[in-house]
Amino acid sequence: MELLKPALGLFFWALLAFMIVFLILKKFAWKPILNMLNERETGIANALQTAEKVKGEMSAMKAENEQLMKQAHEERSAMLKEAKEIKEKMITDAKELAKTEANKIILDAQDQINRSKMAAITEVKNEIGLLSVAVAEKILRNQLSQDSAQDAYVKKLTEEIKMN
Amino acid sequence: MTGKKYLYLVGLACTLLMVLPFAKSFAQEHVAEAKVETKEEASKFNASEIIFGHVSDAHDWHFFSVGEHHVSLPLPIIIYSKTKGLSIFSSAKFGHEEHREVHNGYTLDEHNKIESEDKSESFYDLSITKNVLSMLIGVVLLLIIMLNVAKKYKQNGAHVAPSGFQNALEPVIMFVRDDVAKPTLGAKYQKYMPLLLTLFFFIWINNMLGLLPGGANFTGNITVTACLALISFIILLINANKHFWGHLLNPPGVPLPIKFLLVPIEIMSLFIKPIALAIRLFANILAGHIIILSIISLIFIFSKMGQNPAAGYGFSIVSLAFSIFMFFLELMVAAIQAFIFTNLTAVFIGQAIEDGHGHEEHDHHHEEATA
Repeated sequence: MELLKPALGLFFWALLAFMIVFLILKKFAWKPILNMLNERETGIANALQTAEKVKGEMSAMKAENEQLMKQAHEERSAMLKEAKEIKEKMITDAKELAKTEANKIILDAQDQINRSKMAAITEVKNEIGLLSVAVAEKILRNQLSQDSAQDAYVKKLTEEIKMN
Repeated sequence: MTGKKYLYLVGLACTLLMVLPFAKSFAQEHVAEAKVETKEEASKFNASEIIFGHVSDAHDWHFFSVGEHHVSLPLPIIIYSKTKGLSIFSSAKFGHEEHREVHNGYTLDEHNKIESEDKSESFYDLSITKNVLSMLIGVVLLLIIMLNVAKKYKQNGAHVAPSGFQNALEPVIMFVRDDVAKPTLGAKYQKYMPLLLTLFFFIWINNMLGLLPGGANFTGNITVTACLALISFIILLINANKHFWGHLLNPPGVPLPIKFLLVPIEIMSLFIKPIALAIRLFANILAGHIIILSIISLIFIFSKMGQNPAAGYGFSIVSLAFSIFMFFLELMVAAIQAFIFTNLTAVFIGQAIEDGHGHEEHDHHHEEATA
């Protein structure tokens, strides 16, 4: 039963030591340790929250990027289409223009040719007239070189006039 | 689940009832045998004396004896007497166990207690005994460890992974916070964290120091456990709120005649709490020490039983195996008992600081239901 008897000295020292340890540890150990643990936990929670937020932002940004890309694609194809149209229009316009020019040149050329032809023909006609006059003169000179032939011709002419 | 437990209990009770008569007769035989044995062996080896010598407090720290030569550390004796005043001297002045000397009018009795030659003199024995010294070593270790860990936290800041001792202690601190304080104390847990942590580590480190060979039986001493229980009881009384006292002294919704019965029981239960706390820790640690010492003593009992000590050598293997097993068990018990003491302190404080909201709401619903 000796074990169940409390001892004053031990009680005193145990109480004193516990109180001192409690006060020292409370101020210099538990307070900083618990504060740090709390701080770390809130830090981790915050970091997780931020990560989640950033993840959301990233996905929003990605969606936006995709939207932009899509828009750019559309614009590009629209531009290509427009360019193609312009090109085709230019080609047709050029063709049209060339055609009209060519036609005009052809017409001019034909006109010129006609005119040259007409001039040539006129000249030829004049030449032929002159030639025929000269031939007729020569023939007449030849036929009317004798007096009898002259008389016969005058007679004939007069007959013709009489007849008229 | 509870049904299974109930069945288990019934089975246990039946088994006990069946075995008990035999056990009784066996015990009687055993006692008779033991009496004969102790008469014969008393001069050779007294296990109970050795065991109780080891688990009791002492004024010197005895390490070992070679023949008649005792190797021990004498400890300071501090006595305050109203007539003689304060006297401080080494316990070596009392001589040794076989030959006690008187110093300054004081000497040691057969239980290693200081007694005065003048029987009427009242004095206070504040000596640094074996247990006090063991506690001081524990306290110094605790302070060194914890202050170093705290320093590391301060140096590294909150966002560096813990390392070394800090890493070992952090889960324990988190365990006390998350599994002891938070569930029992609710939102106000932070106020009691320093107390719970100090209690836990103080008990744990002293439990473990007690397990070292030659260590003192500090936490297995009723004075120490009573002191710790008293501290937690005082904290409980200081922090108990109106709701707690109201329910204790004037339980609501109880008829007056039953109150006369209930209130004394409630008051008794209030005081039984710290007593149970003290006895639980004391008995667990003391029992562990006694079992290990008994198993080791068995070697010597066996070796002195017959003509030659062969039985002792043979049994030493069994004994060693048992004591190693007990050591591991006691290492576990050291932590478990520290946890139980801390947890029960938290539970008792939690009951005392609980506001009535949940309870009243419950009562209210109950009234509505009955109406």
